[in-house]
Amino acid sequence: MALVDRIGRALTGAPLLLTSVDALVDWSRGQSLWAMPMGTACCAMELIAASFSKFDFDRLGTFPRPDPRHTDVMVVAGTVTRRMAPAIARLYEQMPDPKYVVAMGNCAVSGGIFFYDTYSVVRGIDEFLPVDVYIAGCPPRPESLQDGILQLRELIQTRSIAAGHSHPREMVLPSAGDERAGSVDARERPSVPHVPVRPTDPGGGPE
Amino acid sequence: MAVDIESRTPVEDAEGRTVEELVVNIGPSHPSTHGVCRIIAHIDGEIVTRAEPVIGYLHRGIEKMCENRTYLQIVPLTDRLDYVGSMYANWAYCRAVERLASIRVPERAEYIRVITCELQRIASHMMAIGSSGADTGAFTMFVWAFDVRERVVELFEELCGARLTYSYVRPGGVARDLPDGWTDACRAVVDRLPAKIEEMDRLFFGNTIARGRLKGVGVLSADDAVAWGASGPTARGSGVDWDLRRDDPYSVYPRFDFDIPLGDAGDAYDRGRCRLWEAVESCRIITQALDQIEPGPVHAEGFPRLLAPRQGDAYDRIESARGTLGVFVASDGSTRPYRVKFRSPAFCNLALIGRLAPGHTISDLVVILGSLDPVFGEVDR
Repeated sequence: MALVDRIGRALTGAPLLLTSVDALVDWSRGQSLWAMPMGTACCAMELIAASFSKFDFDRLGTFPRPDPRHTDVMVVAGTVTRRMAPAIARLYEQMPDPKYVVAMGNCAVSGGIFFYDTYSVVRGIDEFLPVDVYIAGCPPRPESLQDGILQLRELIQTRSIAAGHSHPREMVLPSAGDERAGSVDARERPSVPHVPVRPTDPGGGPE
Repeated sequence: MAVDIESRTPVEDAEGRTVEELVVNIGPSHPSTHGVCRIIAHIDGEIVTRAEPVIGYLHRGIEKMCENRTYLQIVPLTDRLDYVGSMYANWAYCRAVERLASIRVPERAEYIRVITCELQRIASHMMAIGSSGADTGAFTMFVWAFDVRERVVELFEELCGARLTYSYVRPGGVARDLPDGWTDACRAVVDRLPAKIEEMDRLFFGNTIARGRLKGVGVLSADDAVAWGASGPTARGSGVDWDLRRDDPYSVYPRFDFDIPLGDAGDAYDRGRCRLWEAVESCRIITQALDQIEPGPVHAEGFPRLLAPRQGDAYDRIESARGTLGVFVASDGSTRPYRVKFRSPAFCNLALIGRLAPGHTISDLVVILGSLDPVFGEVDR
C-alpha cells in the first residue's frame, strides 16, 4: 500500500498528491485481480470454497471469470498432466497483458505427490508458464490462496511499466525464474529514480 | 488418442437441401464441464446429434503408482481419486486390503467409517446439486449447497486436520479416535440438516425455472441404466432399486434403518432430487450410528506397519456417492501390491452422455453432464 501511505503523507502537508505514473498504475493493477480459475483437480474444490460465503474472495477484489480474455491472473489449481498442459498454455496465451500466474497446490508447484513413479504428470507448471506466486499445500487452505493473491498484489507493485525495470521491495524475493519483468530482486540492479519511500531518506538517487 | 473433430456427416434437411453438421468442441477447460472433461458435440442447429466424451486430461497414473508403494502409502493416493468424496476411495481400498490380509476391524472403527462416509455422502451430493444449480443459472443454490458442505468439511477438519484429502480410513481401522466433543458437533450439524435440505428442495427443485430446465432432460430408462453399468443416484433416479448398503450389506449397515430414495422418470430432475433425499437418509444413518457407537479400539491390534499379505487377490466394493466403487488388489506376497484396479462409478456413468445427449440442445448437454456428477480424478485415475 505504498501509494496509500504516500497519499496520507501528502495530505498532511498540502492538498496535493505527488506520485509517479508507475506507482499509480501498479496500485490500480493490484486492486482488482480477476482470476481465471484453471481448476484441474482436487485444489479446484478449495478454489471454489475460497470464492464462497465463508472465505469470500470478492472482498479482495478477486472474482473468478471463466473466460481468459476477462482475467488478469491465472490460478492453476490441481495436477497438470502432459495432455492438459497445451490447453492451459493456450488459455494463458489468450489472457490480455499484464498477466500473472499463481501455482496453487503442490501438484502445480512441483508435481507434488505425483512427482515420482508416474509418466503422465508435468512436474510443476513452471515448466511451461512463468509463475509469479507459488502456494504450497495438498490442497492449500482457501486462506493460503487468498494470502497468495495478496502477495501477488505486493509483487505487482515492484514492477515498473518501463520494460526491464523494477522497484525496490522490503521483502526479498527469490530472483530465479522470472524473465518477464526483469529481475525481481532489486539488489541486483539500481532502481529507476523514484519518489522516495521514506521522507527522512537523504536526498539523491541510488548512487 | 486422436479424435476426429473434422468428420462431418452431410444430412438432408426438411426441404431436401444438403447441410452439414457443425462440430463443437467443449472443454477441456469449460466452466460447466465439472473438471477437465472434453465433449465433442455434433450439432444440427441447436440440437445435439452426437456427443462424445474425451477423457484422459487428468490421467495421473495412480493405478501404476500403486505398484510402487507399500500398502499404507497407497492410502493418500486413493484420496486424490474422487476428490469430492475422498473417504469412499479410502474405505473401498482399505476393505480390499483387509480382505486380502484377513484383518478384522474393530467395531468402533466400523462405526466411525460409516459416520464419516455418510457425512462425505452429504458433502459430495451437495457439490453435485450445487453445481447442477449453477448449470441451470440458479447460482444461489450453489452457494447454499456449498455452505452445507462447508459445515461437513469443518467436521472433517476437526477429525483429521485436512479439509479435502483425509487419509483417515486406514487398513485395519481409522487413523485416530474421534476428538473430544466431536460427536456433539456432528450431531448438531446433522440435526439441523434435514430442515435445511427441505428448504433447498423448495428453493430449487420446487422452482419453475429449475423444473423447466431439469424435467424431461436426459431421460435414462431403467433397462439402459443396468445395461450401461450405471450405479448410484444415476441409476436410482431411473428407478433401479439397487444400493449396496442394503442389497450387498457391508460393515455395520444392516444395523441401521434407512430408505433408498428412488426416482421414476430417470431425468436430470429425478437424479438431482434422489441425491438431495439421500442426504437426508445419510443424516438418519449418522444419528443412529452416533447412538449405537461404543467406546473401544479404533485400529486392529498387532497390525504391522509394513503389510505383506499372502499371494492372491481380493475385490471389494462399497456404495460411494457416485455409485459402486470397487477396488481390486492383487498381491504377489511382497510388501507392495502387484496390481491395483479401481472400478470407478463416475467413469461408467459418464459413458452415458453419448446416449443421453442426442436430441437435446447444447445448454441441456451441460445439464445432463452435471446430473451424471462425474469427478474426473476418478474417471481418469
